[in-house]
Amino acid sequence: MRVVAFDAGELPAYLDEGGHLLPGAQAPDPDLALRLYRQMLLARRLDIRCVNLQRQGRIGTYPPAAGQEGVQIGAAMAMAQADWLFPSYRDGAAAAARGMPLDAMVAYWMGHPRGGIAPAGVNVFPFSIPVGSHIPHAAGMAWAARLRGEDACALCLFGDGATSEGDFHEGLNFAAVMRAPAVFVCQNNGYAISVPFRRQTAAEHIAAKAAGYGMPGLTVDGNDVFAVHAAVAAALARGRAGKGPTLIEAMTYRLGPHTTSDDPSRYRTPEEEAGARAREPLGRVAAYLEAAGLLGAAARAQLTAEVDAEVDAAVTEALAAPPADPGDITAFTVADGGRADA
Amino acid sequence: MPEQTLIGAIRDGLACALAADPRVVVMGEDVGRVGGVFRATEGLQERFGAERVVDTPLAESGIAGTAIGMAAYGLRPVAEMQFMGFVLPAVDQIVSHAARLRARTHGRFTAPLVIRTPYGGLIRAPELHSESLEAFFCHLPGVKVACPSTPRDAKGLLLAAIADPDPVIFMEPMRLYRSVREDVPAESFTVPLGPARIARPGRDVSVIAWGAMVPAALRAAADVAGDGIEAEVIDLRTLTPLDEASLADSVRRTGRAVVVHEGVRTGGFGAEVAARIAEAAFLYLQAPVARVTAPDAPYPPFLLEDRFVPQPADVAAAIRSVVAF
Repeated sequence: MRVVAFDAGELPAYLDEGGHLLPGAQAPDPDLALRLYRQMLLARRLDIRCVNLQRQGRIGTYPPAAGQEGVQIGAAMAMAQADWLFPSYRDGAAAAARGMPLDAMVAYWMGHPRGGIAPAGVNVFPFSIPVGSHIPHAAGMAWAARLRGEDACALCLFGDGATSEGDFHEGLNFAAVMRAPAVFVCQNNGYAISVPFRRQTAAEHIAAKAAGYGMPGLTVDGNDVFAVHAAVAAALARGRAGKGPTLIEAMTYRLGPHTTSDDPSRYRTPEEEAGARAREPLGRVAAYLEAAGLLGAAARAQLTAEVDAEVDAAVTEALAAPPADPGDITAFTVADGGRADA
Repeated sequence: MPEQTLIGAIRDGLACALAADPRVVVMGEDVGRVGGVFRATEGLQERFGAERVVDTPLAESGIAGTAIGMAAYGLRPVAEMQFMGFVLPAVDQIVSHAARLRARTHGRFTAPLVIRTPYGGLIRAPELHSESLEAFFCHLPGVKVACPSTPRDAKGLLLAAIADPDPVIFMEPMRLYRSVREDVPAESFTVPLGPARIARPGRDVSVIAWGAMVPAALRAAADVAGDGIEAEVIDLRTLTPLDEASLADSVRRTGRAVVVHEGVRTGGFGAEVAARIAEAAFLYLQAPVARVTAPDAPYPPFLLEDRFVPQPADVAAAIRSVVAF
């Protein structure tokens, strides 16, 4: 997919829908390619497990991320240690790639009060449940980093539905006016629950909206993890160089339902879903790695077993967590503990 | 000790905070070059620079939302919302994020920010420039609400709010901005968030008020003193946390209570005050708790505002009625 209007120049795309290196594309760094694949695979295996755990009644409602790993992992793994991630609820793959412990994420969807909290040193904001309202947080954090003369950038993930919210406008506008080093990554997966992209905007692309804020906007193939990684890396470098924010629209598809409570057959056809499965990001990288001689079928099976063991350990730990402490209900309302008027 | 107006004390408090703490950033619409529509930030941008006293885009949700990100990253943003009637676009950010960030991350991330907002009526302002919406924010665990009525408290409470590790809604009674003066220490000091103040001691009835209703209550108390009624006026200063102990102590002594506020009656913060008094001092009460509030109606065009906002005569009438009960 062609990149539009970006002062870092025309960014390359790497993989076609079958995972073949595109004509003229430079082969990605093998070590990076393997690391991206491993993290995508881990995210996919955890995602499948969480859907199963919900079906077994062991966790609550869960929003599957399958199909969006190319965007989330490509973006998250382009970030530096000091950068902050502002995820929305479907962005567990990115959160895990930034160091959010897997068991903490499982615990969050279990409804455990100790879940979903990034450990010290892991700059992952809690999942935003309201759509789009975390976009100004990313703008503010990045602005603050610039004011303090620090190198940290913000990376904010959201979906196409979020771009209809007022906070998308306010957040991007603030970031641009304040020259905040923020990268806004829209995962355009075609649907906000059941409502198709064409009901969110009459613009051809979300990226076109960037021009209205005076920032570059580009559209990338979100199922080409190498393309996402390159685009986000360039946007972060741009932010660090003091040039302000960037909007990246990554075209992707949510393979599963909005949440485990949703039935996408009410608004999508089997043909559309089959077409999307053929373009999904994980198989594409696997095909590339195999063709490039970097990861054969046997090694892939071994890697799968390895990440499954990680997922198993995380799920076991989350399910074995101590019972939720009723004291947690009020203990953290304000700093002095308990009720403000204690 | 220099004599200050209430708005002068707020400006002075902001200057003290900016001078003492490099994390403090003053932000909002018109707070920079023009010094705020009420001039609360006059001179601060010249003194501290445009990166610390910042004119922002005209977007209240964006102001509150970016302030949350800034605060989480370690700054101490002090955001101005020009009038309380315009704070509403920011309510999602305050309710869904600022108020619960600490709780949902067990303190891993926090939002130590202040939202300053002029509130209240009787200044002959256009529509939606006279609102008193404190009850919305008092219903919100995780957020504190302060509302001074004197210049000294305005400076001290503001500095306490800026130092506080949690979000604070700081309501400024614009009717009092330039109509009250007193000596205010020039140096930095805090008035803690929480304790109420006895604005006038008395033995017969407790009159509980905050912000611009405190002077109204004091005038009413002076009026009924002519009838031999000694009214005690309690200035809450902070609505949440609420100083229930001081309320209970006063009502146990007087046996009667009148609550006064500018907000409308139903679900107003006076209902909470009355309930706390009933819980803490029921057996001491010699009359039902009376409320003097705005009626349950939208704030009217200003030719009618004197009939909408409680006046000293309304408070005096309520005092006489509970004493005569």
